[in-house]
Amino acid sequence: MSKKVAFLQGNEAAAHGAIYAGCKFFGGYPITPSTEVAEVMSVELPKIGGKFIQMEDEIAAIATLLGASLAGMKPLTSTSGPGLSLMQELIGYGCIAEIPCVIFNVMRGGPSTGMPTGPSQSDVMCARWGTHGDHATIALMPASVQECYDMTVQAFNLAETYRMPVHVLPDEIIAHMRERIEFREPGELEVVDRAAPTVPPSEYKPYDTSFGDVPPLAAFGSGYKFHVTGLNKLPDGFPTTKAEYVQAEEERQIRKVMANADKIIDVEEYQLDDAEVCVIAYGSTSRSARYAVNAAREQGVKAGMLRLKTFWPFADKHVKALADKVKGFIVPEMNLGMCSIEVERCAQGKAPILTIQRVDGEPITPEQILEKIKEVK
Amino acid sequence: MAYDYESRIRPGKLPHIWCPGCGHGIVMKGLIRAMDSMNLKKENTCIVSGIGCASRLPGYMDCCTLHTAHGRAAAFATGVKMARPEMDVILVGGDGDGTAIGGNHFIHACRRNINMTYIVMNNFIYGMTGGQFSPTTPHMHKASTTPYGNPDPSFDIANLAIGAGATFVARGTAFHATQIDKLIAEAIAHKGFSVVEIIDDCPTTYGRRNKFKSVTDMMKRLKDIAVPVKAAEKMTAEQLEGKILTGVLHKVEKPEYTEEYAKVIERAGGSK
Repeated sequence: MSKKVAFLQGNEAAAHGAIYAGCKFFGGYPITPSTEVAEVMSVELPKIGGKFIQMEDEIAAIATLLGASLAGMKPLTSTSGPGLSLMQELIGYGCIAEIPCVIFNVMRGGPSTGMPTGPSQSDVMCARWGTHGDHATIALMPASVQECYDMTVQAFNLAETYRMPVHVLPDEIIAHMRERIEFREPGELEVVDRAAPTVPPSEYKPYDTSFGDVPPLAAFGSGYKFHVTGLNKLPDGFPTTKAEYVQAEEERQIRKVMANADKIIDVEEYQLDDAEVCVIAYGSTSRSARYAVNAAREQGVKAGMLRLKTFWPFADKHVKALADKVKGFIVPEMNLGMCSIEVERCAQGKAPILTIQRVDGEPITPEQILEKIKEVK
Repeated sequence: MAYDYESRIRPGKLPHIWCPGCGHGIVMKGLIRAMDSMNLKKENTCIVSGIGCASRLPGYMDCCTLHTAHGRAAAFATGVKMARPEMDVILVGGDGDGTAIGGNHFIHACRRNINMTYIVMNNFIYGMTGGQFSPTTPHMHKASTTPYGNPDPSFDIANLAIGAGATFVARGTAFHATQIDKLIAEAIAHKGFSVVEIIDDCPTTYGRRNKFKSVTDMMKRLKDIAVPVKAAEKMTAEQLEGKILTGVLHKVEKPEYTEEYAKVIERAGGSK
């Protein structure tokens, strides 16, 4: 049987990936350049008995995700910068109450209304630190239409595995460009569902860490009754201000991700074996970087690329190892230095870092990156 | 025999946080009687709240409970109800939570006419933060942030709900305790978005700033200003000055949201 092939936008592919992952709920609010995700979900979800709702704003949109997820559905929203800003309050709720959901945020220029139709990569820090308080973040960085599909599946798997909100952060170029895409066959990609309780309702506690750092999550309406709050809580879900519980819970909620960072972090190492210059890139910028690396090699410069497929957790180990080896890093990105500051932190001065930073709504070209590669001595 | 409230209260969760004289406990007892009278199953009932004194109510109740963020109860609850239309979803909260920070979610839940019941405990003040004025604090009344008298005009929550499209709207008071369960039960039985506004008292942060000498004074005032809708029909505008109407204020039948969405699924071919 031949695979279903289509010529799709990144946004459309993400919606189909969500359906593949078992998403049954979408709550959203229209915003350029992400709206096509909502449009496709409004078509596809009711076909499989799923639910689509357009809410009054992005705060309400993510609130419906959290409610639907607690009632047992895998939920998706799509948005862009200003919407992501509005969602921050309840992304924090999702972190502390440990509710799986996926946020597909298409990066456009900012701050504020910025450049709604222009590409950008300037939401990576907003995804990481936008909500107040300590918390872990997982963010995936598709660089093709196929990856919009595959990484949305992966985002659901991670959200369900670690019981938390997970971001997919395509830039506007990836979200809007069209490419050939293969729909995955059932079973071709892994699909993970959240751990269900193994105890009867009378014994169930939603944050019972005797089951590990990610306690099973029951669903409202499935026979289990429990309490959920945004306050710091005890294993039974009820509020507490007891110092020893609060500290331990906050640490666990970060540990559940960071102790598994090696499993979660995904990079592509392109031509890195003998590389003397390493380009660190993500999203559409990595496509220019790949071209530049090839061109540099044709001109006798040993260049390579570390492509970040996950931005958070950050690929510390990879960058640290490369810093001991390469003569220099090039960090091209469509923001004013959000990735380069992380590379700086990891490189610890062992290799110089040259940056290319564009926030003018234009993509970074292969030529720009090639020139920088040649500057490394 | 005394009424068995404890069968619907979570073991070990009392005492509650409410001050002596606060009417929220009266409303909670009314809600329990309403749930009992309708035989609502604990596992199939979800009580959702925002933030504030009234929003602490779900924690005491033995069912599925969701204490959300400030103002967001209606939006979270919409997600729960869409995912599980068969569940009874009841929202509780205060005037600030529901009509200031949550005002947008409130009016849109009314507009959608989604089958949930919203009990708003209106005590005219932000109690938990110490008595700041809310959208329902009367003009010229005192709050900790209106020391010279409140310059703002106030919302009429019941009328706001009617205007926004809620299909069942009722009002009671914390004084008229035995009416509360009947209004709530009728609201839950109604198919569509129902709002029950309970005019409540906050002796601690509102009463003492506004010349109420005691809780009894505040309760007496609730008794004095309440006029049943039927009785009001025979009264003149002059006689109704300063009064509030109680009882079922509005009840109409309109398409309910989750049923409308079920039709969407049917049209899309997803119901097989």
